[in-house]
Amino acid sequence: MSVDTVKRAGQTPDERMPFAELGMKQDEYDRVVAILGRRPTGSELAIYSVMWSEHCSYKSSKVHLRQFGTKAPKSEALLVGMGENAGVVDIGDGWAATFKIESHNHPSYVEPHQGAATGVGGIVRDIMSMGARPVAVMDSLRFGGLDQGDTRRVLPGVVEGISHYGNCLGLPNIGGEVVFDPCYIGNPLVNALCVGLLRKDQIKLATAPGPGNKVILFGARTGADGIGGASVLASATFEDESQAKRPAVQVGDPFMEKLLIECCLELYQADVVVGIQDLGAAGVSCATTELAAKGTGGMTVDLNLVPLRDPTLRPEEILMSESQERMMAVVTPGDIDAFLAICEKWDVPATVIGEVTDTGRLVMTWDGEVIVDIPPGTAADDGPVYERPFHEPLGQHDLNLDTPDSLERPSDLRTTLLQLLASANLSSREWVTSQYDRYVRGNTVLAQPADAGLLRVSEVMPGAEETTRGIALATDGNGRYAKLDPYAGAQLALSEAYRNVAVTGATPLAVTNCLNFGSPEDPEVMWQFAEAVRGLADACKTLGVPVTGGNVSFYNQTGTAAINPTPVVGVLGVIDDVAKRVRSGFPAAGLRVVLLGATYDEFGGSEWAHVAHDHLGGLPPRVNLEAERDLATVLTEAAKQGLLEGSHDLSDGGLGIALAEACLAQGVGATVSLPGGDAFVDLFSESTARALVCLKPEHFETLTDLCARLDVPCYGLGETGGDSLVVEGVLEATVTELRMSHEATLPGVFG
Amino acid sequence: MRVGVVTFPGTLDDQDAARALRLAGAEAVPLWHADHDLKGVDAVFLPGGFSYGDYLRCGAISRFAPLMTELVPAAQAGLPMLGTCNGFQILCEAHLLPGALVRNAGLHYVCRDQRIRVDNASTAWTTDFAEGQEITLPVKHGEGRYVADAETLAELEASGRVVFRYAGSNPNGSLNDIAGITNEAGNVVGLMPHPEHAVEELTGAPGVDGRGFFSSIVRKLVNA
Repeated sequence: MSVDTVKRAGQTPDERMPFAELGMKQDEYDRVVAILGRRPTGSELAIYSVMWSEHCSYKSSKVHLRQFGTKAPKSEALLVGMGENAGVVDIGDGWAATFKIESHNHPSYVEPHQGAATGVGGIVRDIMSMGARPVAVMDSLRFGGLDQGDTRRVLPGVVEGISHYGNCLGLPNIGGEVVFDPCYIGNPLVNALCVGLLRKDQIKLATAPGPGNKVILFGARTGADGIGGASVLASATFEDESQAKRPAVQVGDPFMEKLLIECCLELYQADVVVGIQDLGAAGVSCATTELAAKGTGGMTVDLNLVPLRDPTLRPEEILMSESQERMMAVVTPGDIDAFLAICEKWDVPATVIGEVTDTGRLVMTWDGEVIVDIPPGTAADDGPVYERPFHEPLGQHDLNLDTPDSLERPSDLRTTLLQLLASANLSSREWVTSQYDRYVRGNTVLAQPADAGLLRVSEVMPGAEETTRGIALATDGNGRYAKLDPYAGAQLALSEAYRNVAVTGATPLAVTNCLNFGSPEDPEVMWQFAEAVRGLADACKTLGVPVTGGNVSFYNQTGTAAINPTPVVGVLGVIDDVAKRVRSGFPAAGLRVVLLGATYDEFGGSEWAHVAHDHLGGLPPRVNLEAERDLATVLTEAAKQGLLEGSHDLSDGGLGIALAEACLAQGVGATVSLPGGDAFVDLFSESTARALVCLKPEHFETLTDLCARLDVPCYGLGETGGDSLVVEGVLEATVTELRMSHEATLPGVFG
Repeated sequence: MRVGVVTFPGTLDDQDAARALRLAGAEAVPLWHADHDLKGVDAVFLPGGFSYGDYLRCGAISRFAPLMTELVPAAQAGLPMLGTCNGFQILCEAHLLPGALVRNAGLHYVCRDQRIRVDNASTAWTTDFAEGQEITLPVKHGEGRYVADAETLAELEASGRVVFRYAGSNPNGSLNDIAGITNEAGNVVGLMPHPEHAVEELTGAPGVDGRGFFSSIVRKLVNA
């Protein structure tokens, strides 16, 4: 079978190329022809089709995402912003943190275990490619209804995939979310976050400068993973030979990834890396075009040199393969030997496959013939940009008018509390999180079920400076809120993640986001997207936390039924002295229990409306960013002064759930009185900018003074102690009863 | 006191092991799987992880590692050795300890803070505990169910070589609730729980019950 060369493309200008089968539109194909001045070869078409795909080019989202830059708050902490593999933030004492969240939604539906596992693998490599040691992961997961059959297939597979891959890598899993809603039944969401640490003067970038420098592909061999599109191309372009249907989901090898981590860190220590890029979506196509485009501008690659797991792969397939655990580095000729020796120590295959040039062209050969000759920037940066039309969904107004005000409210609040505590979304996540190693590396200070994960910054790399600092991370998102108002929904996701970081005592610094939506070709979905991005960008500006990177996942829909718009927001914070962190919940008896923040009658999109009435309508709780900022200031200041013994943020399920969870944290009860006139509103409203704290009685006055200074409402609710949660005049439940309600739900479904 | 900490390519808890040893006043000496060199250490810690990926039976490949050809005779000659989690699996595969660790009865990986009873406080690694004392250590494994034939079990029980037993609920279905055992001489101890994750108030599991392992070996080496 002959290979489609540049020479042949010139000789057969009219040959029909299968661009449509590869998901490319006619006008996009015409642009490729215009760029090249001829028809593309099969290999070139492979590159453009994947690089210009929605996933790689952000062609539908770009015009909106620009707001994250134009509205970005001034931040002295930001070292590397959007556009690199991950953002990097200065956390002090010469240290930097890099973090990012990314989706692996569609593969996780097709093959839950491998889909989720490779989602973890991909984001970990993004963090490695910044020059960092990955130090923790988190997962933000959405599944169909807990009572829906397919959830029992998807959830255990996803959890096992994350568990197997993350545990083998030796990365503690310190938090995240698990949410059930029937809207995700055909489109589960698997968003994986990784955080890494590095010296701030040792940031690596994806660039290939310096003509004569060598291009090294290292890590796993290339196989036929994830190249369904390429076999379309191969079989449609070249007659006769019938191609086997290639598996479309990548398969992960966490041991190879662990070797890659240690190998990369040693390569960085030895200072033998000029530029580096991980191979994720679009594999070699993406790595070569992006490295070349950001470097001197040219590169030659001999595709025959790519080590293969399957020797029958065609060049188009090699270019599109998404085989996992691969990296590409640019190395000076003098460092090649040292580079290869380190790879050999770690048993990581490494091969020089090309060279940086100053020709402005990416030229690839196969059997000595040129099969790719393109300006790399046209594939990497100059993809199509769409201004997709959007408008408010037809039913949006009616949805907002259908408020929860008319829903019947309960009189037996004890039953309501136990019912909510046992509900799909508020019950204990332990069935999931007990499958993740949260202790490995020995720096985990807080992990789930705490509001945020918190890590000590220590012993990351040999010879690194001592520091007392810690980093906190939280992810949040609420698709029901975003459905009611995507602008507010995105801001509420940020508010909650920001608050979750602050309750540990850490100061929120920066944001990553994973924007999960339906089809951008649906103007109603596009409106949700546009509103969510606008809301998030505005809120980041107000709170002074820049977006450092993230990911967009479109097409989370089956037929015309899209998921609830689900912007997931991750916030990273820093605490100067990690020993001053605030514990989660009530750690001991005899402490004053204090509610910070104001409560209003707000039940739109609430867990109560969902659980008790299966109702979704009205408007979500009011966003109050100034109040969030002031609350965070109170929390971090109080932590710094050592006033707080425990804390917990108020969110889904309101004060009632927060009190119950705080009791469950260490099995310590509490007796409280409610501040307002309506016990139901006090207990279950989901008003924002609120948190529960507990402290020694002698510190109460200092806290109230601090709150008064910042105008944060502050109510002494009662005291910790005993083995029951007592809400005076309203309800009483033993901690054991709370625990039985809370912990039985997921094991009851998943065994 | 120089205690070796073994690193295979897929070892994960070596940093924690070294830290726990340092906190107890010992020097942690890195030992590399591909070397034939024990660097003259006074004791050895085999930490947890996935040594060579463990795609085969856990520890089945590791037993053939170059370093193991040095470790096995040294252990047989009395060198104190502690294997936790994957380290325990390797000690069993290398036949320094009897029995085997197989897939958890629940078929899931389990990470939790586990109560454990100390049944033998006379090994090189447990003298700072009291017999019958209950301690809390994290477990985190997918293949930690201890199995052995009836004769071996009876022998272990009769000779007091069951060092640790799960108290409360058994996380993995181990026979006789066995969490850890020792060899006849008492110098080699293997257990599934992780003492190295329970040595600091700030991090890891609640409490510092893991410290006893490291203070025991340091005391032994000081007195030696």
